[in-house]
Formats: sequence, structure tokens, C-alpha cells
Amino acid sequence: MAVLHSAPKWSSNEGVLDKLVAALAHRVESSKEEHGEIVITVTREHVEDALRILRDKHEYQQLVEIAGADYPNRPERFEVVYMLLSLTKNHRIIVKTTTDEVAPVPTVTTLWPVAGWLEREVFDLYGVVFAGNADLRRILTDYGFEGHPFRKDFPLTGYQELRYSNEEKRVVYEPVRLAQDLRQFDFTSPWEGADYVLPGDEKAGEGK
Amino acid sequence: MSGLILEESPTTGDEIITNYTINFGPQHPAAHGVLRMVTELDGEIVTRIDPHIGLLHRGTEKLIEYKTYLQALPYFDRLDYCSPLGMEHSYVLAVEKLLNIEVPERAKWLRTLFAELTRICNHMLNIGSHVMDVGAMTPNLWLFEIREDCLNFFERASGARMHSAWFRPGGVHQDVPQKLIDDISVWLDKRMPELFEDAMSLVCDNRIFKQRNVDIATVSKEDALAWGFSGPMIRGSGIAWDLRKSQPYDAYDQVDFEVPVGTRGDCYDRFMVRVEEVRQSALIIKQCIAKMPAGPVLSSDRKVAPPKRAEMKQDMESLIHHFKLYTEGFHVPAGEVYVATESPKGEFGVYLVSDGSNKPYRCKIRPTAFSHLQAMDFMTKGHMLPDITAILGAMDIVFGECDR
Repeated sequence: MAVLHSAPKWSSNEGVLDKLVAALAHRVESSKEEHGEIVITVTREHVEDALRILRDKHEYQQLVEIAGADYPNRPERFEVVYMLLSLTKNHRIIVKTTTDEVAPVPTVTTLWPVAGWLEREVFDLYGVVFAGNADLRRILTDYGFEGHPFRKDFPLTGYQELRYSNEEKRVVYEPVRLAQDLRQFDFTSPWEGADYVLPGDEKAGEGK
Repeated sequence: MSGLILEESPTTGDEIITNYTINFGPQHPAAHGVLRMVTELDGEIVTRIDPHIGLLHRGTEKLIEYKTYLQALPYFDRLDYCSPLGMEHSYVLAVEKLLNIEVPERAKWLRTLFAELTRICNHMLNIGSHVMDVGAMTPNLWLFEIREDCLNFFERASGARMHSAWFRPGGVHQDVPQKLIDDISVWLDKRMPELFEDAMSLVCDNRIFKQRNVDIATVSKEDALAWGFSGPMIRGSGIAWDLRKSQPYDAYDQVDFEVPVGTRGDCYDRFMVRVEEVRQSALIIKQCIAKMPAGPVLSSDRKVAPPKRAEMKQDMESLIHHFKLYTEGFHVPAGEVYVATESPKGEFGVYLVSDGSNKPYRCKIRPTAFSHLQAMDFMTKGHMLPDITAILGAMDIVFGECDR
């Protein structure tokens, strides 16, 4: 497909995927090249190993970002996504692994000190445990926060709210009370596969 | 003198002097927002710093998952509220990359122009507050004049001084009047350089300013790579890495500019890199004004960009397109992309996962401040307490972006 967009252009992806998959050998679970992005999924226990090879042998010097993502329908619901950047080759790749609520992912703080906070963030927001990270505290949420807010089953409104109480002269925590229900707008067209029954349309499917 | 017993001094003897722990912030004017740093001091020497962030965490990424692609855009203005258009830039490019749509030529140039104006605007605030953090008052006031001018230009382009929401997937929201382009051109020739160079003449060679910044928090090239530095932070350490140059987007491959680098990697270098970047940005804007063609500023793909108001009055199909775009929004093909641009503070990235619906499945924002602030501990170690403000000032951190 011809590239029409004007997003950042880095050096050619040609042949890179095959070369990296061959170099990582048995550590690779799957790989793809879509939308101009090279995505390599590696097995969980080999994350550190694979990233070390990419850093030392293939010039991906910088770990730019670690992102978590939640796919509740999968057997291993969480993805941990590492964005790597090569300054010498002017190239970017995405390396991924999967995990669930309990299985720990090996830390990469041994390779890049910057991974410390990035892993803390994924732990805080998704509850993914990183084995070997010496400082796995919460980072973005409140002191004493419970739960992992970016999981898909965590409600957008949360469970706790806080306000300044004039009687107690301090900030108090209370369960969330909404003056109006949280509205979920569904704008997908009812003619194009909405997964609910339209009001008044309940009997439509009975005759079939 | 015999028989006189000297009173024992309270500090003599083998007393154990314990380290002192203080809170820097969360409400400290030099913390540039809500940053709390638990600082361990040995006398006035910093032995350990533990930055506590997240006091401004609003869950932007989660909120975006519940909004359509267009509704999610204004959240980006509110990340780094000192350079709002720089934040939007990464997001619109990420959406465009997934959609693979073409942006009209004029829109590319306009986005480049305003991204650079944003850079000037951002650096005015950072340079000014950095200088103020280490003791000077006047330059900040002069630089704010420039910043005020920039905000006025944003207002004339988008209607809003700060939260513009002006970059849209497919181009920009509205074209700018020719008068605005002319005014920017005149401003760049006269008022801006006068104010800026005047202010810099007070600072750059100033003895006190150099005493506070030269050789403070030196970062080697290796450290800059390992700690994930980007933008002026990595360039200050002597690595000529600029995404505008190496991974050009929009019209950056058609403009000519230089990438300033530091030699020692200290706070002074990082400061001077920003100063030179302002001059280079002014050059880029001039080139944009000279080279910008006339034409449409928003994609003509009606499944992504809304039709013109006049068309809607005449044409049923346009009306339907408009209605669908502002209720359901557009659908983005399934897939994932990571798009990073050179925001004024460094590499600002958006990792966008789409499941093919009208809402992002996951939108991870890569803030610049997150990696920089993490290096605070190793950068301050062994320095004095007052150096913290200089180091923090040279990092250019904004908490809207850091905490998201």
C-alpha cells in the first residue's frame, strides 16, 4: 500500500523483520509488519534476553517507552509493549510480550535504568508484576490507592472520591456518588450490527 | 589559667550527625508544578532524591478510551499546557498513519509553522523560568512578552489562546487569514529578535548565571542514552539527535535548519541548546511563510474530515457526513502504531491501538518528562541543595504531561 500519510519516516523496514526474527530465534512467538511498524512478540521468560540481543547486537540503544495494554478476552490478558529506538540506524521497532495477573515479567532495569519508572507505571495501572525490579511501588495513583485503574474492568468513575470536609477540617475519602449516571453513548449505527435490541424491535427476530 | 574549666562545646566529641530529609514541594514555586521530591541531605549536599509524581494524574489515557478519535484530541492540549500544539501533532499523525490518509500540502506547512511557533512559545516559558529559578527577574518579564505574542497568534488562528484543538486528523481545523501570516513575518523580523536577544544578552554571559549552571549535573552521552533522554536533554549531552531532522514529518523534510548540540552536557549546555533552537525555529517559520502554497487545509476525504458549512446547506450527502462525523465519528482500521514527534521538550510519542471501531482501544502517551525526571536522582547526587532548582529548570518539566 502506498504511503500517503505524513507521519515520521525512518529508515527502510525492508529485510529488518526477517533479520531480527532470525537473530532472536526461539525467543520469538510471532511477528508482523503492519502500518509500517515492525512488531515482534517474544516469550515472557526471554524478554530480557531478547532485548539484550537487540540492544547489543542490533544497535537499538534506547528504550523509549513501555506500554501496558489490557485484552480481557485473551488467556493471558495483558500485553507489555517495549518501544525501541536505534539512533545509529534511525529505526524503530516494537517488542511485545504477554502476561496475566500473576505471572511476573522479567525486569529490564538491568539493561536500561529508565525502565525503572516505566515498569512502575505498568505495575501501577495494570497490576503487571516485574520480577527483579527493586523499586516496584505505585507511581501515578494516590498514596494508598487500591486496584489497577487502567484495566478494562475498572470503571471510568472509579470507586473512591475525595473532598475537603469543612466539619472535619481535612480531606476525606468517600465512595463515589454520581449525581447523574455515567452515560455511555453508543453512536454506532443500529443498521450496522449494533449488539443490542432496538426498543420496540424485541419481536423482530421471533418469527425466524 | 589553672582551675578554669571550659564549658564543653555542644558540637565537640563523637556525635553522630544524621542525614536530613526534607520535602521539596509539592507546592514549591521552583518545582514547576506539583512535584514532591523527598530529598535526603548531608549538610547542604544532596545524597538522594526520590521524586513523587502523579499528583496531577487525571487518567487521560483511560478517558480517551471512552471518547471518539475526534473527541480525544482536546485532551492532548491539556497534557503539556505550555506547548499544546506539539502534543496534538503526535496524536493527529498517529491517527493519520493508521488511516493512511493524505494531508493537503498547505496543511502540512501550517502545522510545521505552528509547531515551531509553539516551540518558541514553550522555550520562552522554560528559559524565562529557568533564569528566574537561579535568581534573575528581568529576562523572564521580557520573554513573557514574546510568549504573549505567540498566544495571540494562536488565538487568531484557532480562537483559543492555549487549548487550540486546531490540528485535526487530515489537516488543520481552519485556514489562517493572510494578515496573520504577514503579522508573524513582521514580528519575526523585528519585535521577536529584539526582545529575545536583549534578554539573552543579560543572561548568556552573565557571571552569576554561569556559576549556577556550568558543570552542574553533567550527563555523558552513554547516560543520556541509557536514561532515555530526548530533545534538548540529549542534544545538550552532545548527541545530535533531532526527530525533525532524522525522521521528518509534515514539511520538515523541506525546510533547512541546524541542530545545536552541547559540548559538556551540563545545565548551561541544555539552556544554550534551547536558546539556539529558538533562533532556528524562527528560521523555519520564515521558510514556511515563504514556501507555503495556497490550497485546502483539510483532507477532502469526507469519511474523516467534515464538509464545509456552505456544502451542507446545498447537499444532502454533506449533511449526512457531517452528522455521522460528529455523532459516531470515523472508524480507524485495526492495528497499532507508535508515532513520536519532536515536541519542544523532547520525544513525545503516542502508541495508538485501534480495534477498528470509532474509539481508540488503547492510547499510551509517552511523555518526555517521565524519563527526564527519573534521572533526577543520579543528576543531583553530590550537588548542593540550591542546584536542584537549576537542574530542574534545565529539564523543562510540565506536570500536565508527566502525570497525564
